Amino acid sequence: MSASSIYTPQNPFMRWLERRLPIGGLVYSSFVVYPTPRNLNYWWTFGAILSFMLVVQIVTGVVLAMHYTANADLAFDSVESIMRDVNYGWLLRYVHANGASFFFVAVYAHIVRGMYYGSYKEPREVLWVLGVILFLLMVATGFLGYVLPWGQMSFWAATVITSLFSAIPGIGGAVVEWLWGGYAVGNPTLNRFYSLHYLLPFIITGVVVLHVWALHVVGQNNPTGVEPKTEKDTVPFTPHATLKDAFFIGVFLLFFAWFVFYIPNYLYHPDNYIPANPSQTPTHIVPEWYYLPFYAILRAIPNKLLGVIALVGSIVLLAFLPWLDTSRVRSANYRPLFRVFLLIFFAVVIGLGYLGSKPPEGGYVTAARFLTAYYFIFLLIILPLLGLFETTKPLPNSISESVLRRSAPAGASAPLAGRE
Amino acid sequence: MNRSIVLAVTLAASLSALGMEAALAQEAAIPPPQHWSFSGPFGLYDPEQLQRGFKIYREVCSTCHSLKLLAFRDLTDRGGPGFTEAKAKAIAASFQVTDGPNKQGQMYQRPGRLADHFPPPFPNDQAARAALGGALPPDMSDLAKGRGYERGFPWFIFDAFTQYQEEGPDYIHAILTGYTAPPSGITVPPGASYNKYFPGHNLGMPRPLSDGQVKYTDGAPETVDQYGRDVTAFLAWASEPKLDQRKRLGFQVFVYLIVLTGLLYFTKKRVWRDVHHPAELTKPPASA
Ligand code: HEC
Ligand code: HEM
Repeated sequence: MSASSIYTPQNPFMRWLERRLPIGGLVYSSFVVYPTPRNLNYWWTFGAILSFMLVVQIVTGVVLAMHYTANADLAFDSVESIMRDVNYGWLLRYVHANGASFFFVAVYAHIVRGMYYGSYKEPREVLWVLGVILFLLMVATGFLGYVLPWGQMSFWAATVITSLFSAIPGIGGAVVEWLWGGYAVGNPTLNRFYSLHYLLPFIITGVVVLHVWALHVVGQNNPTGVEPKTEKDTVPFTPHATLKDAFFIGVFLLFFAWFVFYIPNYLYHPDNYIPANPSQTPTHIVPEWYYLPFYAILRAIPNKLLGVIALVGSIVLLAFLPWLDTSRVRSANYRPLFRVFLLIFFAVVIGLGYLGSKPPEGGYVTAARFLTAYYFIFLLIILPLLGLFETTKPLPNSISESVLRRSAPAGASAPLAGRE
Repeated sequence: MNRSIVLAVTLAASLSALGMEAALAQEAAIPPPQHWSFSGPFGLYDPEQLQRGFKIYREVCSTCHSLKLLAFRDLTDRGGPGFTEAKAKAIAASFQVTDGPNKQGQMYQRPGRLADHFPPPFPNDQAARAALGGALPPDMSDLAKGRGYERGFPWFIFDAFTQYQEEGPDYIHAILTGYTAPPSGITVPPGASYNKYFPGHNLGMPRPLSDGQVKYTDGAPETVDQYGRDVTAFLAWASEPKLDQRKRLGFQVFVYLIVLTGLLYFTKKRVWRDVHHPAELTKPPASA
């Protein structure tokens, strides 16, 4: 790389430190001079948004933990006292609860970006698999956290989800009792869920470090899917990506603030403001919105064990995308057929999300079965075959060529315009 | 991406058509939306309405419903009913709360203080059920947030933009004004009352309000409709006492974020100018 990529601190203390622990150099090479493709669009800012949200969740979570009581008799009231008596406790709780939702908004955008632009392909397979692991950890953390306020939905969601393990043949019942720490969801369950909910975000942090490390080895993909070739194809991370990320974090925070300050309970189920009551089952038990597509898949399958397998499979299969997708062209912009099938896939996931919020009866179940079928057919059949038969559009020779072509003013006789 | 949005919308629309049958089968009537002073980005509670609502809670609902999470001191909070401290002390003192044990090891009753929470009308759930023909009156502290009704597609999407989130208050007001004679052919089990808006219709709460039942001193109409609106506003405050602080801070945060994001946008634009308009393009081509 160019000479400017070597970190030579001016400050004597930093020079002293650099010879003993080259942490300044690490930050410098990773977040300052790191070359980033010049043609990235805003879909590439969600990684920074995710990192930001992870910090938000950990900071608000740690403070909430100072006031929360993990006991089945006290948990609900302790959350209420955070809302009513702790200074700015309502803010902490609303930021943390809506923060989980916005964390998922960001991760879904991030995954959509990866799928659309084929970011999972060679050489980014490990980066991608680490991403799916992060997603799984987030799913677990969100579920555990939702149980903590110990409202009706907390309790019954915990009951429904832990009961899924009873589908495991032979040992299922024993596994569920082991998870519960008793014969039903109760105080021991709440305590261990709290312990794990505190633990997992730090494991996520560790995996994010690996994820970013892997990213910095293979470099970022970009909307053309063509790897950067010369220095003309990239710009230094700072100030370019730093400012673009900061700007879009601002935009994201505006949406976030809309929810936190004006509709803080929009995404929350009213039943969770009723204290947990083991002797009264709510009419509809629904999970948080970000699990709804997977919940719909679970319920679409009439057999419990197969339903659970489909549920787990629907996420785990994503980790195998690099090998299920046989095309060598990355970006959907150059794959007309893939693009259509993929957009249908995204619409199907949204449709499943809607169905997951509805009672499992009549037309809803039939629709959910069709959409579930498409989900798996897309991943297991369409993707592998498409790579073999699809005719792709010609790729640009380089990133800078595609950029120049795009920003050429219409009608101008720029040297490249004739080539279109 | 446009195509995926269109797809999603058509898909959702066709699915909601499927849902129609299910919706028709579900019988409880949809609560009519009311006008609330505390709706929207700048809406705050009306202290006079909360004071009237408190009067109704005090004189009517508190004989059956507890309000455990509220302390008497909350009555003086900014953004709430705005009672003076002296008034709140007098209100507290008019309730008997259980304290103890004293030096003799006995629990005893004493007048309430500001730090006390509202005492429950029944010592436990069983006592409440025994007195009320088996039905349990729910605690009212979170009632306005813990009730609601299904908005359905596409309304729930619009709600995110219009900030409609008063399903709970609308529902409570509807319940209080929704006692009607049962349709012919429907028999209501003993101890229950027919209510248009209650899921299943057989509500274990006898009609609590009637016209002229509670005296107002500020000239507000003494009708069930007005009582219902006032006590519901009070319950909305009880379940979300920090709404005032939340919306005021929210406005400041918005101003701050808009300015910050705007500045970041122009800085970013400046920095990227050379990347988006490379010298190759801004220089006139040699042949021209
Ligand atoms: C005579 C006792 C009594 C009085 C007085 C009373 N309630 Fe109730 N209330 C009940 C009972 C019992 C229930 C539970 C009904 C059931 O579950 O079927 C109930 C339930 C409710 C519900 C909940 C309906 C639901 O969706 O679960 C609301 C709202 C309510 N009461 C509001 C009020 C208000 C407001 C007042 C004062 C104006 C009031 N009640 C006065 C006994 C009473
Ligand atoms: C805790 C959650 C996560 C955090 C904090 C995080 C963070 C980041 C960051 C900072 C980047 C670089 C910026 C960017 O390109 O957007 C990145 C890139 C990437 N992430 Fe994540 N990520 C998370 C979850 C995921 C998940 C769930 C997946 C996929 C299933 C994923 C897949 C990727 C891929 C493929 C890249 C490289 C993208 C490219 O250059 O095209 N990440 N991540």
